[in-house]
Amino acid sequence: MTQRRPILSMPVGLLFLLPAMVFVAVFLVFPSLWVLWISLTNQTLTGEAALRPRFVGLANFRALFDFENWMVRGYFGNALRNSVLFVIGSALIGQAGLGLAIAWAFYRRRGIWRELIYTLAILAWIIPDVVVAFMWVAYLDRDQGTLNAILSALGMGRVDWLIEQPLLSIIIFNTWRGAAFSMLLFSSALATLPPSYLEAAAVAGARPWQAFRDIILPSIRSHIITDLVLITLWTFNTFTPYLITAGGPTFRSEVVSIYTFRIAFQHFEFGRGAAVAVVMMLINLALALVYLSTLRREARAR
Amino acid sequence: MARIRLEGVTKVFGAVVAVDDLTLTIEDGEFFALLGPSGCGKTTTLRMVAGLERPTRGRIFIGERDVTDLPPQARDIAMVFQDYALYPHMTIMENIGYPLKVRRYARSEIHRRVREVAEVLQIADLLDRRPGQLSGGQQQRAAVARALVYPPQAFLFDEPLSNLDAKLRLEARSFLKHLQKSLGITTIYVTHDQAEAMALADRIGVMDRGRLLQVGSPIEIYRRPRNTFVATFIGSPPMNLLRCRFQQAEAVLVLGDGQALALGERAEALRRAFRDGEPLWLGIRPEHLALAEGPGPTHLAARVYAVEPLGVETLVTVQVDAERIALRLSVDEPPVLREQVWVRVPMERALFFREGGELAL
Amino acid sequence: MTVIREVLSRVLFYLFSALIGAFFALPMLWLLLAPFNARGTLALEIPRPFTLANFEAVFANTFAMRALLNSVFIAGGTMLVVTLTATMAAYALSRAEVPYYDLLTYGLILFSSVVTGTAAMVPIFLLANALGLVDTYVGVILTFTGGLLPTAIFILRDFVEGLPRSYEESAMVCGATPWQMVRDVVMPLLQPGMMVVAIWAFVQVWGAFLIPFVLLRTPERMPAAIAIYSFYTEAGTPILTLTSAYALLYAIPVLVLYLFVNARYGFRFFGGIKR
Ligand SMILES: Nc1ncnc2c1ncn2[C@@H]1O[C@H](COP(=O)(O)OP(=O)(O)OP(=O)(O)O)[C@@H](O)[C@H]1O
Ligand SMILES: [Mg+2]
Repeated sequence: MTQRRPILSMPVGLLFLLPAMVFVAVFLVFPSLWVLWISLTNQTLTGEAALRPRFVGLANFRALFDFENWMVRGYFGNALRNSVLFVIGSALIGQAGLGLAIAWAFYRRRGIWRELIYTLAILAWIIPDVVVAFMWVAYLDRDQGTLNAILSALGMGRVDWLIEQPLLSIIIFNTWRGAAFSMLLFSSALATLPPSYLEAAAVAGARPWQAFRDIILPSIRSHIITDLVLITLWTFNTFTPYLITAGGPTFRSEVVSIYTFRIAFQHFEFGRGAAVAVVMMLINLALALVYLSTLRREARAR
Repeated sequence: MARIRLEGVTKVFGAVVAVDDLTLTIEDGEFFALLGPSGCGKTTTLRMVAGLERPTRGRIFIGERDVTDLPPQARDIAMVFQDYALYPHMTIMENIGYPLKVRRYARSEIHRRVREVAEVLQIADLLDRRPGQLSGGQQQRAAVARALVYPPQAFLFDEPLSNLDAKLRLEARSFLKHLQKSLGITTIYVTHDQAEAMALADRIGVMDRGRLLQVGSPIEIYRRPRNTFVATFIGSPPMNLLRCRFQQAEAVLVLGDGQALALGERAEALRRAFRDGEPLWLGIRPEHLALAEGPGPTHLAARVYAVEPLGVETLVTVQVDAERIALRLSVDEPPVLREQVWVRVPMERALFFREGGELAL
Repeated sequence: MTVIREVLSRVLFYLFSALIGAFFALPMLWLLLAPFNARGTLALEIPRPFTLANFEAVFANTFAMRALLNSVFIAGGTMLVVTLTATMAAYALSRAEVPYYDLLTYGLILFSSVVTGTAAMVPIFLLANALGLVDTYVGVILTFTGGLLPTAIFILRDFVEGLPRSYEESAMVCGATPWQMVRDVVMPLLQPGMMVVAIWAFVQVWGAFLIPFVLLRTPERMPAAIAIYSFYTEAGTPILTLTSAYALLYAIPVLVLYLFVNARYGFRFFGGIKR
């Protein structure tokens, strides 16, 4: 036990912590435990089961993992599959790849192009959800949308993006929406590399691509892991695609978060909704633990 | 103004004993330097005096008051931190006046007193600036001014010069010494730079690994270091230590390579202090060594290892067997590299340490 | 040979920049043009005739205006509660001896990552229901607060750790009482960090859709994120002139705050400042 005279005494310190801890305990910790209990009941919003929910054991989970209809549209397996494709396509490939490409392209460069692209990417990232949703609905519209206007000017056919390619649409949308995070993270990671790293490689005769692969990537490895884990977590939980496709048509772009929302807040089957929430939180937990272990490793290395 | 007394003060951090049973009295008006290598517990000692750290054991007195359990606010001391800790959001005027402001002095009084100390410290024209707009030396003066503005019982300095460049450091050093002498405020000054401690202090306390090894005036510590640690910590280059064996019958010291040094008049004293054949350390300051023309009873054969001209003097390092010996010579024609030379060891200047390190003679 | 490669890499660089720029910019252009167009359209066309009538119509719509005010209220309230409690907590975590310090900080991050998005909405809705907080601002603000606090604390804790303790220590040695120390030294030093967290919290809540959508009932209490869906014709199609004008109005505070942060602090990167 160290005996440094702290700037705040322990009682004052705990007093300072108290309000934040109460909010976190009531609105974060408690609900996450309570939802476990709800997932074992048949709770609904109205009717008999709202007043006196009955314990139903694992029935809700069994319904989720009912393998007969597992992949049928509108069922959990379909939502899970969509989520996996959504995460791989928009986060791991889209956001991380685009972010890394931009950060690398503008590594140690200044100037108008850099300012422009960084500003545009950050704007795409911070504009409110519903506003970007309207922008994208307009952008992807079959008859008037900007995208189709450009495609037909280039001599390609019009596509009804939101009807024919709903999953691809939200994947491209989410890449656009979130690439700024990876871009900024990778830029700041690259900025910490001493220029001598690359100069040494150039002197040794390495091509830019080789230098990137052999020197840059390994030295920002922990940032890449952090980035991949965080954007996977956020993309898996995002609800914004609902504002563009509402999960349709016929559940073709229904990801797990939209599925949960539909079960819990459109059908008001809280028991089943809670069961999906528990599954989501378990997936989140696994990702968060990976994230924490990299955080702690970095903290220790510092 | 007051004297400061530490009685059996110990500080333990987890498994580390940062300060170990330190007992020390600093006299009223004295400039006292705490000197030691990095991590020896100097800062911790100072912070305990300031009240920023609570001793694990022991008591601390400022004047006649036992301040061990008092918070820093109640101790009536002033401290200059290594990073100066000037508040970036306040002007220099506000920074210096802060000790007065918290004591609820009137604005006009604060301004008057701040101007006064600022004049003394020659920063009166910088009062409207912020700390970020000052050079390192000016920041250091502002920090001293803040410590000075409300005359304290004691000044505490934690390496206040270590962030300055070499030239400024010398200037600031003489300035601090002059200031302390003219104000006569009891001062504890922490440093790891032995030259700084020697130049500034009335007395020096040398610390190592949490223990106070020796307390004395700079000259005392320089002339008669209590053990080999102090001997090699003070002086630049430090005292030469030669490992040898006492041979009573011949009244000589024998070095590792078999060369012998006649003890002359000191033989009797050594006979009383050491057994026949006992290993010991011969300590001799570089400036006391000289070159000789040829062999002699107190001469060592050596080979020149390096020659470094310093202007007034030349620093010559020679090699005797496996050991290196430094000489400070003021000769016009220093020896050249790899030359075979003779080094005269004046036995009347030599110190003799026991094998364990403590001073015997 | 090297000249050719040099030219080629330049060309590739500009091509890349132009493509990426277009990728990010094209979807946004509609929002800049449509609000000034007298005809409602999803297409990208120069407003002809150019008009401000859409904005006039929106300003005349008391329901829509009140929704903006509701957004200010909800985002502002959350911002105050989050900034205040997070600053106190982060300061305590950094400057007091807090038992189980590590467990606490990492536990916070863990919970905020796990309990997020729609997964959190089911229990939070039931909790708000049980506490009688459904359809109240307090319920919405506290729900946001619980979700944002861990990250806010984490950002601010890093910020406080970056401030040397010697600032506070020198204040103590100067004779300042704890309260004087907090007022004269700690608060001013924490201000930039608090500012960043306040803006971050405001932008988060301002743009959020799901929580008020689930927790609020009464139309008059709805924030702009939901009120924007009220510009519909009888037939159920959006009135694009009004919707686009309203969307632009609603996005402006975020743009202004972005410009402010950019100018004042530079858009410095605080790990995961927006999510
Ligand atoms: N708050 C603390 N917690 C744990 N150990 C500490 C703490 N403060 C100091 N120590 C340890 O106590 C010992 C003495 O530290 P101190 O800072 O007093 O050394 P110092 O003599 O001032 O060194 P330097 O010249 O490097 O400033 C060191 O081993 C240090 O690691
Ligand atoms: Mg120190």
